[in-house]
Amino acid sequence: MSGITPSQTVGPYFAIALTPGGYDWTPTVGNNLVTPDASGERIRIEGRVLDGDGNPVNDAMIEIWQADSGGRYAHPADQRANPNAAFKGFGRTGTEESGAYSFETVKPGAVSGPNGAQAPHIIVAVFARGMLRQNYTRLYFSDAKNDGDPVLALVPQERRATLVAQRRDDHGHPVYRFDIRLQGESETVFFDV
Amino acid sequence: MTFVFPRESLSAFPPSLHPDYKSTVKRSPRRPLVPMPHTLSELTGPVYGHDAIRPGDEDLTKQHAGEPLGERIVVHGRVLDEEGRGVPNTLVEIWQANACGRYIHKRDQHPAPLDPNFTGAGRTATDAEGRYRFVTVKPGAYPWGNHPNAWRPAHIHFSLFGPSFLSRLVTQMYFPGDPLMAYDPIFNSVPDEKARARMISRFDLAATVPDWALAYEFDIVLRGRNQTPHQP
Repeated sequence: MSGITPSQTVGPYFAIALTPGGYDWTPTVGNNLVTPDASGERIRIEGRVLDGDGNPVNDAMIEIWQADSGGRYAHPADQRANPNAAFKGFGRTGTEESGAYSFETVKPGAVSGPNGAQAPHIIVAVFARGMLRQNYTRLYFSDAKNDGDPVLALVPQERRATLVAQRRDDHGHPVYRFDIRLQGESETVFFDV
Repeated sequence: MTFVFPRESLSAFPPSLHPDYKSTVKRSPRRPLVPMPHTLSELTGPVYGHDAIRPGDEDLTKQHAGEPLGERIVVHGRVLDEEGRGVPNTLVEIWQANACGRYIHKRDQHPAPLDPNFTGAGRTATDAEGRYRFVTVKPGAYPWGNHPNAWRPAHIHFSLFGPSFLSRLVTQMYFPGDPLMAYDPIFNSVPDEKARARMISRFDLAATVPDWALAYEFDIVLRGRNQTPHQP
């Protein structure tokens, strides 16, 4: 039995295969998770990725993984019936010059957890040049009931705000703001999983 | 199938901060990571397999009108879990420089020629035993700005999913005998010598296609142990 294969940085040129807008390649997946059969509230998630000096990271890749509006995952380990079967719950995008990224998706439902339910959340993985392994974080929603979430409870109180996306209304479309600070004063909480 | 994901296995990974690789200095967390249990959210993950690929995605030499220049190679192997069992029907995505060491990416300014017959992106899914196979050209080494006279060894980038979001892996495959590996801070960011060796492919004469292409074998071991009892 041998050990696992080490992680290496995604490097500066992943876009040609993984986020290939503008290149001669069909994307595996993009930043719009919404399917015609997806139930629940349509939302946008947007934010910027910033480095330890507060400068925009214009070559990061963000991946998100989430449950549907009923809190179900499109995965064999979640064996509950899935009425919106086309909804996969996975998205991938690259950051722009300004460090900005966005996803169109639906708001996930509460997910079962180790001790009762987890508050609605999205798993976020960050990859970039200069990152030798991906960082995992979680996005929670400012208008959800987050008290009692078993994972948030593990985060020091003063750092929890980095995980809560703030809701605003953009001409009737709900938008959640989630900036990712890789390092520094208000560094985003990353998890050891 | 139930998978468990031992944390000790992550000792094979490089640290987030490796100052010899300068870009890590401002992009690595300084606060301690917060340990957390693996919940349903982590133990599930995107399922992409054969439905995500088109015919020909696995042959990077046949995506354009003509053949790319360079040394044609076969890159093949198995995707395995920590128990050594094949991971079936999982997506494998690759990208690479052309034979001259130039990426088609618009930010790559290395003054080496682009090849109109080479994009450098490939995609396939593993079979029932976890096997995959690509046809491509051997990528060239290229200079980068990390330190004076810095050159990346020839490498192919790999991206894999496996059974859960915890098995997600982005890595790089290197070629045996490349003298540049000894000087490369990205390759050497992995502290353990045996773990580094797992990123180096093996020249494979048996899979080499006579009169056509050399073969390299690269097995990839993802996080996760299948808890399904062994068949007698």
